[in-house]
Amino acid sequence: MIEVGMALPEKVFYIDRALLKAYADASGDQNPIHQNEEFALSVGLPNVISHGMLTMALAGKYVTEWAGGSANVREFSARFIKPVIVPAGEKVDLTVVATVSEVDGNSVKLDITATSAGVKVLGMAKAVVVK
Amino acid sequence: MINPDSVGRTFKGVEHVTVTQSQIDAFAAVIGETDTSVAPPTFSIRISLSQYESILTQPEIGVDWTRLVHGDQKFEIFRPIVAGDVFTCSATIETLRVAAGNEIVSVRSDLHNGTELVVTSWSTLVVRG
Repeated sequence: MIEVGMALPEKVFYIDRALLKAYADASGDQNPIHQNEEFALSVGLPNVISHGMLTMALAGKYVTEWAGGSANVREFSARFIKPVIVPAGEKVDLTVVATVSEVDGNSVKLDITATSAGVKVLGMAKAVVVK
Repeated sequence: MINPDSVGRTFKGVEHVTVTQSQIDAFAAVIGETDTSVAPPTFSIRISLSQYESILTQPEIGVDWTRLVHGDQKFEIFRPIVAGDVFTCSATIETLRVAAGNEIVSVRSDLHNGTELVVTSWSTLVVRG
């Protein structure tokens, strides 16, 4: 039984530089702030940062797993409020949880929380799935 | 500066974009998705962002792509994208405002396969001043 307020289990993804390269190639977003540390520092960033859309894609994977597949996702939105910082040689976490915020027939709305190193990186992250 | 006359206008994408299975496979692999019968929910950003780049950087609009930061993103998915979809993409500049020296442009992307609207998405793009 899916009810408003129900908490979904937490899932942890890991992001490293190799994943950023893979996402750059898969998405076509080759912005050097996601791959080149020297460049990232030169534009005032603390280090190489993840593509916001990679963070969102991983949160999307969390949603689709619970929803029973990508085909069940109807709406998905998020704000990129803080960067996910990815130092060389490290795997940083992206920890995702969600709660059910609305149920309307077979349509379920989720409020999603995504943090990295304890910092909230997505704001107002919501999805609507059919379940 | 972005040309304020561009607000409210819809720009057609420059080409048809065909989705291939290998594109879906590569995108799915990055996020650990093993079911590639349909595309992951955020796959369409691959199409929309490159269309935005080609449209918004035209001199008549004037976005400096090198100063761009992604502010937020929303997808409305009418049906999942599958290999073989051939999309025409339009980009509509919905709002433009300036805050703290940055230009903040809100754009909508509509992906049509023939006459069928498959995905609408909204992106807030921040051009750092």
